[in-house]
Amino acid sequence: MSHKILIVDDEPNILVSLEFLMKREGYQVVTARDGQEAIEAIGREQPDLVLLDVMMPVKTGFDVCHEVRANDAYKGVIIVMLTAKGRDTDVAKGLALGANAYMTKPFSTRELVQKIHELLGDAA
Amino acid sequence: MSAQQKTDRRLWWLLGAAAALSVLWLMATIGLIGATLEADDRATVWSLVGDRLVLILLTWSAGMAAIAWGLKRWFDHWVTPSVQLAEEAQVVLRTDVVRALPLKGNVETRELARLFNQLVEQREALRREMDERVTEVARGIEQERGRLAALMSELTQSVVVCNLDGRILLYNNRARLQFKALSQAPGVAGGAEIIGLGRSIYSVFDRKLVAHALENIQQRILRGASQPSAQFVTATASGQFLRVQMAPVRAPSGTPQETTEALTGFVLMLDNITRDFEAEAARDRVLHTLTERSRAALANMQAALDMLDYPDLEPAMRERFLGVIRDETRTLGQRIGELEGDATQTIQTRWPLEEMLGADFVAAALRRIEAVTGVSASASSVDPSLWLNVESFSLLQALVYLAGRLGDEFGVRVLHLRLAPDPSTKGKAHLDLVWSGQAMSTETVMSWEMDAMTVGGESTRLSVRDVIDRHNGAFWFERERQRHEAFFRFLLPVATSVEQAQQAVAAVLQVSSRPEYYDFDLFKSTELTRSLDDRRLVDLVYTVFDTETTGLNPSQGDEIIQIGAARIVNNKLLRQECFEQLVDPQRPIPPEGIPIHGIQPEMVVGQPTIDQVLPAFHAFAQDTVLVAHNAAFDMRFLQLKEKRTGLSFDHPVLDTLLLSAVVHPHQDSHRLEAIAERFNITIIGRHTALGDAIVTAEVLLRLIPLLAEKGIHTLGQAREAAEKTYYARLKY
Repeated sequence: MSHKILIVDDEPNILVSLEFLMKREGYQVVTARDGQEAIEAIGREQPDLVLLDVMMPVKTGFDVCHEVRANDAYKGVIIVMLTAKGRDTDVAKGLALGANAYMTKPFSTRELVQKIHELLGDAA
Repeated sequence: MSAQQKTDRRLWWLLGAAAALSVLWLMATIGLIGATLEADDRATVWSLVGDRLVLILLTWSAGMAAIAWGLKRWFDHWVTPSVQLAEEAQVVLRTDVVRALPLKGNVETRELARLFNQLVEQREALRREMDERVTEVARGIEQERGRLAALMSELTQSVVVCNLDGRILLYNNRARLQFKALSQAPGVAGGAEIIGLGRSIYSVFDRKLVAHALENIQQRILRGASQPSAQFVTATASGQFLRVQMAPVRAPSGTPQETTEALTGFVLMLDNITRDFEAEAARDRVLHTLTERSRAALANMQAALDMLDYPDLEPAMRERFLGVIRDETRTLGQRIGELEGDATQTIQTRWPLEEMLGADFVAAALRRIEAVTGVSASASSVDPSLWLNVESFSLLQALVYLAGRLGDEFGVRVLHLRLAPDPSTKGKAHLDLVWSGQAMSTETVMSWEMDAMTVGGESTRLSVRDVIDRHNGAFWFERERQRHEAFFRFLLPVATSVEQAQQAVAAVLQVSSRPEYYDFDLFKSTELTRSLDDRRLVDLVYTVFDTETTGLNPSQGDEIIQIGAARIVNNKLLRQECFEQLVDPQRPIPPEGIPIHGIQPEMVVGQPTIDQVLPAFHAFAQDTVLVAHNAAFDMRFLQLKEKRTGLSFDHPVLDTLLLSAVVHPHQDSHRLEAIAERFNITIIGRHTALGDAIVTAEVLLRLIPLLAEKGIHTLGQAREAAEKTYYARLKY
């Protein structure tokens, strides 16, 4: 059974590419448009991995990350932050709050795919 | 001359002694001769001599005269000149009279007089030289003073010099203008209630803020920094941002090698950066959105481009990805266009971060947390070699604020501070505020981060987020489940080793880096902590005031229509620091009073009401002794408003009417005009509030020395004497 990935971003322009890419890599894809939706989707869909943007309305990626890590039920969820917040202090904050990886926009899709394979432990 | 020629008394004594001796000698001779003779012979001789006794008396007298003449000559030559010389020398010695002593009498005395004259000449030469030196130095000081005054008034930066108690000793025109802008009642007191000689700078700046900066400076001096200045940025009550640079004024000490110099005051250089600050905030926002949005846009395009690389792409999907790229390129282009159009961006002013030894900062934080919140705080693992680059005051406030909320809302009683270089981020350190137990929700953390901070019951205009932004840092909440610990982490910038380098330079510069023109006496008069009653009248700061009113009965609705006040500092009337304000009484002005005070009803239209004026006057009179003529009258008007304005005029009060009665108890009239006439004070602008206040101030200045003659030196004594006269007058 293929892994399920939740992509959270408020910009449709990135969602379309990421969704296409992940599907192409053979994953099941779910999308969410803000932090609140993301929390609900995680509860509902139980994804294996979340691609999480930071700057979003309602709840930021940091908030989502913190809440997910505070809940033991989601212990196994892998979080990859994909964000335009590129300051080193933001990276440190994301990793401290429990993200498994932090990628600064813009990024290469090849590296992203590689990272996801690595984190999910399925050598493609 | 004749008075001086009075015969010396010793001469008479000597003469008398000679006469007595010669008479004795004569008697003895006659007695001896008589003893050798028989009784008959004796009778014969007696009968012979008896008739010629007159002759004996004559020769004796002639002999005495000769002796007297000789003695007189001897005295005139040997004694009188030295006596005269002594007298004249006394005059020269005791007074400033300069004259050559006459050379008289014998050779030795003349020689002595000559020597005296030389000494006098020498003394005069020395004195002249000394005077010249003194005037030269005084001229130098005067020049220095003039130069400094010119420099201060030309400076485009405002400068305020204070003593250690925060009393203003010197300020320039620029500072005056700036404080005018800071005044909360600009139309009323025009800033004069804030800045003025002898006023406290703490009415503008938080006392703790200044104390904190001073403490930093002192630490730097102890560490041997060559230029131990401190900076802080503060928001004033009127919402303006000031950047303040503080430099210490050190006591000029005897030996230049002495390193532990005591501070006697400080110089503040103020910059109003409100506008800069707003511009900077706007620019920051623009930069931030620009970088973040651009990154996002680039990411979107990059991803779409990567997708387009797949050869087996369906035409519909290809069109969609191309659409993404066109869309993002267009918005990016637009955004840059908007930025170029916005030409208002200027060079930004950064928050002044200063280097501080991390351990010092932690120690200060622990002290503050314990003092303000009562939560016990200790340090656990603090890297002793870490230097932070921080705006220490606001960061301290943030820590104290968080500690306070932890104590109040989560019942946390024990806190630890941790400081270490951040392993993952170069150039940053993390400062953790650690407690055990209790985690908190994201919402709570968020609201604590965003709320305006309240520290020790005082609310600030900053949030923790603002403080973090100032440091370009980060802030979050974390838990360590195994250890049952939770902590707030501050990611803060680490200082490059500037200060360490400074210290090395300081060791070389120490000897020569003494400031140059601090020989003013300004710093001598530090505020004494004695109670006001024990302070001498000449040392006190007075606010002399007068009011014009609609009538005489405040309890029956009469109101103040004008307040005027002048200040006396250091026994001098400061005419340039006056307070004068018309007041809208919000009731008609009775026509019968108008000829007296000259205030027409239309003059008070549009003037502030008493509710607006009293706070400004209260601030103007802060920390001073209130003085008025017949003070009871004016004070009643002020005190009746206490409930409405919430301002209590509980200053010590002196009444020139009563003091005049103390000094001149037998005069009929103690009306202000009568007293002014007695003291020959020219009256200008009588019966305007300020005019009367100035006359009253002049009266007080003349009363103070007269009171001193009566043994009344302190405020307490003056009040007691006034009270006695008051009761004495009541009896009549």
